[in-house]
Amino acid sequence: MRCDFADSLLQGYFDGELSDRRAAEFQRHLRHCVPCTTELVDLDLLRDSLQLAQLYEPATVSLRCKINARLHAGAPKTAASKPLLWYWLAAAAALLFITIVLGKVGPRLRVDDYQTELAAEIVDAHVHSLQPGSMTGIASNDQRMVQGWFDAKVKFAVPVRDFTNQGFALKGGRLDVVEGRSVAVLVYERDGRPIDVFMWRTREPDTSARTGSRQGFQWDDWRKGKMEFCAVSDADRADLEQLHTLIDSSA
Amino acid sequence: MSEMGVEDRERFEQLVLPYVDAAFNLARWLLRGRSDAEDVAQEALLRAFRFFGGFHGGDARAWLLQIVRNTCYTWLEKNRPMELSMEFDEELHQQTSATAETLAIVADDRKRLTLALETLPPRFREVLVLRELEGCSYKEIAAITSIPIGTVMSSLSRARRQLYSALANSSQGACP
Repeated sequence: MRCDFADSLLQGYFDGELSDRRAAEFQRHLRHCVPCTTELVDLDLLRDSLQLAQLYEPATVSLRCKINARLHAGAPKTAASKPLLWYWLAAAAALLFITIVLGKVGPRLRVDDYQTELAAEIVDAHVHSLQPGSMTGIASNDQRMVQGWFDAKVKFAVPVRDFTNQGFALKGGRLDVVEGRSVAVLVYERDGRPIDVFMWRTREPDTSARTGSRQGFQWDDWRKGKMEFCAVSDADRADLEQLHTLIDSSA
Repeated sequence: MSEMGVEDRERFEQLVLPYVDAAFNLARWLLRGRSDAEDVAQEALLRAFRFFGGFHGGDARAWLLQIVRNTCYTWLEKNRPMELSMEFDEELHQQTSATAETLAIVADDRKRLTLALETLPPRFREVLVLRELEGCSYKEIAAITSIPIGTVMSSLSRARRQLYSALANSSQGACP
């Protein structure tokens, strides 16, 4: 069953073409609409596949040469060709410099900002999930049932494990939206406190844990085996670290 | 070319030539081949140069791609008119639903993605290429293809579903 919004708002939302107000409106809709959430996952995967396959075909050298030759055909040869060489060399040097500087400074700044923003969004989503109201999800401590629920909805393998014996009881799972993409969330409980583990596919390399806190909630984010995980809870940070280790060793 | 001054040529080189890659890429996907794309992209660039007097600033990429697209369609009409009336058999493709593994298998399979994309009719293929490969906004796609923004959105939706089912179809007959 496709939702009525699938051809209009969903596409606009996915492509970042909605106004802030309409995007927020659609995000509220997403929290209750499984077909849209599922389709968003599919769209993500499709886009990822297209990017990974590097389908973009840049112009061939021969095309550039031909165009250049045609543009310059009939034009008087000027003495400008020598200064032009220096101009291009200077431009190339400047570009190289900028590349080096950006390469050194850029990514680090971006990663920190990105991480903070991401964590803020995940903490918000976690807080939202704690409020009463219907969420699209499954409440079950049966590992296989939760696994089956995810398998039918997302196109990547969600590592569902129950860690009751280690003190982290599986409570269920749901789909949520982070940064405009659908993510799988596993819900655990530790000493009566819920812990959400958000997970989604990534192309980035593995990272060790990045942690932080916001509004009294702890978060612990890491990447492993092309998956990104972010655990969030008001439980102790040591608990999150323990769960992190359990998930890593079971994957 | 001689009627254009050196200044015009320099302006053209500065504003339009940075988009030769975009021009070639669009032509390559519309014509489904590199060698035809090279000829048609070259013709489009020269045409753009001739019309350059009529370009009064604004989005040079969209301006150039509009010319590339028109040149491609003219070429297709002349050389492969059947392709323009090509339809995607949604009924046929609907029968195979995508399984969980479909996209995982196909994830970076360039050949299979290329073939799947090429089964789409040109008007759906072009919106996908402009959006996913060229990163154009809806507004730019609307300008390049001369269709309303609302139609851009629904065309993208259909194009994505078509590509998705074409992929599901292709992985069905393939080895695991």
